[in-house]
Amino acid sequence: MIPLSHILAVSTALFFIGVYGLLTRRNLITLLMSVELILNSVNINFVAFNKYLFPERLDGLFFTLFIIAIAAAEAAVAIAIVINLYRSHGSIDVEDSRDLKY
Amino acid sequence: MNLNWLLLFPLLTALGILASGGPRPARRVACLGALLQLALACLLAGLYLQQRHGGDTSPFLFETNLSWYGPLHIRYHLGLDGISLSMILLTALVTLSGVLVSWSQQELSREFFLLLTMLSLGAYGFFLSLDLFTQFFFLELAVIPKFMLIGIWGSGRKEYSAMKLALMLLGGSALIFVGLAGLYVASGQAGQPGLDLATLQGLGLPAATQRLLFPFLFVGFGIFTALFPFHTWVPDGHASAPTAASMFLAGISMKLGGYGCLRVAAFLLPEAARYYSPVILVLATIAILYGALATLMQTDLKYMNAYSSVSHCGFVLLGIGMLTRTAITGAMLQMVSHGLMTALFFAAIGMIYDRTHTRQVAALGGLLSVMPFISTVFVIAGLCSLGLPGLSGFAAEVTVFMGSWERAGNFYHGVTVLACASIVVTAVYILRATGTALLGPLREESYGRLADARWNERLASALLVAGILLVGLAPFWLVRLLDPATDLIMQKLAALPPVN
Amino acid sequence: MNDVTSIALIPLLPLAGFLLLGLLGRSVSGRVAGVLATLLMAGASALALVVAWHYFFRDQAAGNAYLPQVIWQASWLPFSGGLGINVGILADPISVMMLVVVTFVSLMVHVFSLGYMHGEERLPAYYAFLGLFTFSMLGLVLSPNLLQTYIFWELVGLSSYLLIGFYFQRPAAVAAAKKAFIVTRFADLGFLVGILILAFCGNSLDIGTLLDRLTNTQAPQYAAATTASFAGITALTWGLTLVFVGGAGKSAMFPLHIWLPDAMEGPTPVSALIHAATMVVAGVYLVARLFPLYSINNASLLVVTAVGSFSALLAALIACTQTDIKRILAYSTMSQIGYMLFSLGVARYGGEQAAGFTASLFHLFTHAFFKSLLFLCAGAIIHRVHSNEVKDMGGLRRRMPVTHLCFLVACLAISGIPPFAGFFSKEQILHAAYADHKLVYATGLITSGLTAFYMFRLYFLIFWNQPSRQEDGHREGTLSMLVPLGILAACSLLAGLIPFGRFVSADGRPASGSSDWTFALAPVLLAAAAILVAERMYRRPSPWPQRLAERLGGLYRAARRKFYMDELYLFITKRIIFPWIGRPAAWIDRNVVDGLMNGIAAATQRISYWIRAMQSGRVQQYALFFFGGVLALAWVLIYVWQN
Repeated sequence: MIPLSHILAVSTALFFIGVYGLLTRRNLITLLMSVELILNSVNINFVAFNKYLFPERLDGLFFTLFIIAIAAAEAAVAIAIVINLYRSHGSIDVEDSRDLKY
Repeated sequence: MNLNWLLLFPLLTALGILASGGPRPARRVACLGALLQLALACLLAGLYLQQRHGGDTSPFLFETNLSWYGPLHIRYHLGLDGISLSMILLTALVTLSGVLVSWSQQELSREFFLLLTMLSLGAYGFFLSLDLFTQFFFLELAVIPKFMLIGIWGSGRKEYSAMKLALMLLGGSALIFVGLAGLYVASGQAGQPGLDLATLQGLGLPAATQRLLFPFLFVGFGIFTALFPFHTWVPDGHASAPTAASMFLAGISMKLGGYGCLRVAAFLLPEAARYYSPVILVLATIAILYGALATLMQTDLKYMNAYSSVSHCGFVLLGIGMLTRTAITGAMLQMVSHGLMTALFFAAIGMIYDRTHTRQVAALGGLLSVMPFISTVFVIAGLCSLGLPGLSGFAAEVTVFMGSWERAGNFYHGVTVLACASIVVTAVYILRATGTALLGPLREESYGRLADARWNERLASALLVAGILLVGLAPFWLVRLLDPATDLIMQKLAALPPVN
Repeated sequence: MNDVTSIALIPLLPLAGFLLLGLLGRSVSGRVAGVLATLLMAGASALALVVAWHYFFRDQAAGNAYLPQVIWQASWLPFSGGLGINVGILADPISVMMLVVVTFVSLMVHVFSLGYMHGEERLPAYYAFLGLFTFSMLGLVLSPNLLQTYIFWELVGLSSYLLIGFYFQRPAAVAAAKKAFIVTRFADLGFLVGILILAFCGNSLDIGTLLDRLTNTQAPQYAAATTASFAGITALTWGLTLVFVGGAGKSAMFPLHIWLPDAMEGPTPVSALIHAATMVVAGVYLVARLFPLYSINNASLLVVTAVGSFSALLAALIACTQTDIKRILAYSTMSQIGYMLFSLGVARYGGEQAAGFTASLFHLFTHAFFKSLLFLCAGAIIHRVHSNEVKDMGGLRRRMPVTHLCFLVACLAISGIPPFAGFFSKEQILHAAYADHKLVYATGLITSGLTAFYMFRLYFLIFWNQPSRQEDGHREGTLSMLVPLGILAACSLLAGLIPFGRFVSADGRPASGSSDWTFALAPVLLAAAAILVAERMYRRPSPWPQRLAERLGGLYRAARRKFYMDELYLFITKRIIFPWIGRPAAWIDRNVVDGLMNGIAAATQRISYWIRAMQSGRVQQYALFFFGGVLALAWVLIYVWQN
C-alpha cells in the first residue's frame, strides 16, 4: 500500500501549483482552473485521511462529494462572471478588471 | 400612571405620520400628537405632585421594570423624578412649538415631521430611562434624526454641519459607551452586574474606579451639552439646521448632555465628581466667558444664538461642578430656562429669516415697525438670555451664582465672579443685535411690505413665552419639583468621606 | 382697606396699567391709553399719600422712632440654608418717603405727557412703559430683600432702556438706550457680586437681618466679615464698595456717568421721571438703605464721599459749557446726586453726626420736585421751539410766561436761594460736610456756586438774551402741560419748609435740622454772586462768554468735550475689548478649537486614505494577502500561542 506521505506529497504539490497559478496567471479562466486544483488537492487530503486514519467512517468522502458539488456550482457562477466581464470590459485579463476598489 | 404611554404616543404619532396620505394630514397628525404629548406631560406632572403630596418619598415614581436582555442584565426600566419631569415638560413644550413653527414646511414635510417626532421619542426615552443601556439606546435614537434634519432641510454648509454634528455627538456616545462598559464590569465585580441606575447608585463603587470612569461619562455627555473644547458642533449645527431642528437641538438635545452629566456622572460617581470639580469649573467658566466673547463677534443671528448657547450651557456645567445644593438646583433651572429661551430665540430668528431671507445682523434693521410681534418675541428671548428678572434666565442664573458662592475659597469665588461677568457681555451682544436688527430706520425698502407672524407662529411663541414667564415669575414651583431629587444627590455627596 | 393692601396696591396699579396697555396694544387710541394710565397713577399717588399719612402721623410706633417693618413677605425663590429671595414690602421712613416722591412725580409726568406726547405714535406702548417703570421703581423702594432690590433694579434698567429708546427709529436714541443699559449693567455686576459677598457674610438676604447681624459686634458674622479676606481688604468693605458700584452706575456717578447725558434722547417727560427724580437717585437710596452697614465701615464711606464730591464738581464744570438744554440738566442732575452721596458719606450713625443722612434724603426729596420741574419746563420749551439747542431759544419770557415763572422758581430752588426748597436741603448738606471734612465742604461750596451760575446761564439764555427768529405761533402748551408745572413749582417753593428731619433719619428718631442761619450766609452769597455774573454775561448778547472761554483755553475745551470720558470709553470698547478680546476669542474658536476638531477629522481621513490603498481591486493581490495571512496565523497558532 502506498504510504500516506506519498499521497500527501502529491496533494501538497497540487495545492502549491494551484496557488502559484492563482497568484501569477492573468487569464481569469486559468485562475479558475487554479482554484479547481486547490480544491482538488483538498479533496485528495480528505479522501486520503479518511482512508488511512478512519477507514470505518465515511465523513471524508462525503466532504469530498460536497466540495465537488460546490466546485461545480462555483465554476458555473465564475464562468458566468467571466463572460459578463468579457462583455463589459472586452477582456478576461484579471489585471483589466480592477474596478472593485476604493 | 404607566410611563410607557409617554413613549407610545410619539411612536403612534410617527406611525400615523407614515400612514397619512400627504403633507397636510401629516402635519395635522404631528400637531395632534405633540398636543397629546403636552397634555400627557401635564397630566404626569399633576399625578407626580399628587403622589409626592401623598407622602411618597421613593426616589422614582411610576416605575416600569422589565428584563430586556437577560444575559447582559439589560433592563427596560422607566421611572420619574423631579428632574426628569421638568425635562419632559420642556420636551413636550418645545416639540409642540417646533411642530407649529414648521407648519408651512413645504418640502418633504411628511418625513420632516416624522423625524421631529422621532427626536422627541428619543428625548422622552432618554429622560425616563433608569437603565443606563436603555438610556444610551434612546440617546442614539435622538442623534440620527438630527443628522437627517440638518442634512436634508438645512441651509448653508449643511452637509458639513450635519456630518460634524453627527460625528462629534457619536464620538461623545463612544466615550459614554466606554464608560458604561466600565460601569458594567465594575458592577459585576461588586456582585450585582447590570446598568440599572437604582442598583448602581447603591453599590458604592471604589474611588479608583469612579475616577477612572468619570472622565469618559462626563466628557461624553459634556459633548452633548457643549463642554469646552468640544462645543464646535454647536455653532455649525445650529446655524445650518432648519428652524424647528435648531429649536430642538438647542432646546432639548443639549439638555440630554446636561441631564446625563448630572444623573450619570455626578449622581453615580459622586467621589469622582468632587475630585474633578476644579477641572469642570475651569472648563465651564471658559465656556461661559469665551462663548460670550465669541458671540460678540458673530454677524449671523443663528451663530450668535448658538455661541450664546455655549455660554449658557456653561452655567449648567458650572452648577453641576460646584456640587452645592443650590448650584445643582440652579443648573437644573438653567437647563429648563435655556431650553425655553433658546427655542424661542431660534423660532424668532427663523421667522425673521423666512421673511427677509437673511440672518446677517448688518443686513437687517428697523424690523420692529414692520413686524412688532416677531420683534417683541425676539426681545423677550434676548432679555431672558441676558438674565432679566421676571424671565426664567434670571431665576436660573441667580440660583447658580448663589450656589457657587456657597463654596468657600478664593478659587471658587473667582470662578463665580468671572461667570457673573458674562451677564455684562451678554447684555452687550443682545442689545447690539436688537439695536441693529430691530430698531433704527428700515434698512431695506422691501422690508416694509413684510407681514408679521401668522397664527401658528404666534401660538408657538406664546407657548414658549408662557413657559419662560411661568419659570421666571414663579420659580419656586420648579424648585419644589426638583427638591427631592437634589436631596438625594446631596445625601450622596454628604455621605462621602472627607477630603484629606 | 388695611395698610398692607393699600401699600401693595401702589405698585400694582401702574403694573396693571402696563399689562393692560401692553396686551391691548394698538387697539386703544393714544388718548384713551393716556387717560387710563393717568387715572391709575392718580390712584396710586393718592394711596401713597394716605399711606404716608398713616405711617408718619397715625401709626407712630412706640417711643418716637419710626422702625422699619416688613409688612408682608412670601418666599419667591428659596436657596439652601437661611438664604432665599423673599419678596415682600418694607415700610420705613425712607421707603414711604420714596413712595410719595415716585408716585407724585410719575403722576405729574403722566399728566404732562397727555399734552406733550399728543399725536405721537405708539402712545399705548409709551404709557405701558411708564407704568412698568413706576412699578419697578416702587418695587425697588419697598424691597426688604437684597435680591428683590436687585430684581427691581434690573427692571428699572429695562424700563429705562425701553423709554430712552422710545423713538426707536432714531439711531441716536437706540444707541443711547443701549449705552444706558450696558453701562448700568456693568455696574450691576458689581452690585451682584456685592450682594453675594454681603449675603454670605451675614448668611441672609433679608436687609433687616443682615444689618442686625453685621452691625452687632458680638455676632460671629461680624467677626468674619471684618477680618481681611481678598487682597487684604475686609469682606465687608469689598461687599459695600461693590454694592456702591452698582449704585454709582444707576446714579450716574463718575466714572460711570457717561450714559446719562446720552439718555436725554428719550422723550423729555421720561427724562423728568427717570433721569431727574427717581431712577438716578436709586444709588442714594441704596446707600441709605444699607446705611447702618456703611456707617461702620469707614473705607467704603470714604469711597462714597470721594466719588460723590468729585462727581458733583466735575458735572458742574461740564454743565457750564454745554449748549443742549437737556444735557445741561442731565449734568446738573449728576452734580446734585453727587451732593446727596457725599452727604451720606460724611454722615455717621445716630445723633448729631447723622445729620448728613437726613440732609441727603432731604435733598433727594426737594431735588425730585425742582429737577422734574426743570425737565418738564425744558419739555415745554422744546415742544415750542422744536430744538434742544439753547441758541435756538432766547427771549421766550414773553411768549411763555407761565413756563418762565416756573423755570425761574426751579432755578432759584436749585441754586439754594432762600426760601426755596433747595436752600434748606443744601444748607444742611453743607453743614454736615463742614462738620466732617473741610475739603468736602469746599468742594460742595464751589459746586453750589457753579450750580447757580450754570442754571442762570441757562435761564438767561432761554428767556432773555436775543430772541430767536421763531415766528410767534402758538404760545404756551396745553393746560395738561401747565398744571403739572404749576404744582411742581409750588412744591419747589414749599417743600423745604417740611421739618424733614422729624420724619427721616438714620436711626428712625427725629433729628433736628441745624438752625445756625449765619452758616447759610456763605453759600447764599456765593450763589447770589454767581447769579449776578450769569446775568451780566448772558442776559444780553455779550462778548464775555466768548472771551472767558478763550481765556480758559484747555480747561474750557476739556469741559466742553466732557473731559473726554466718552472718547475714553469708546477707545476701551472699540479699540481694546472688541479687537483684542472678542475677535481673538472668535478667531481661536474658529481656528484653534474647531481646527483641532477638524484636525482630528482630517487625520482620520488621512489614515483611511492610507488604509484604503490596500483595497486595490487586484484579485491576485488579495489572494496573496489572504495566503500570507493564513500562513502568519498558522505560524502564530502553531509556534507562538502554544499555551
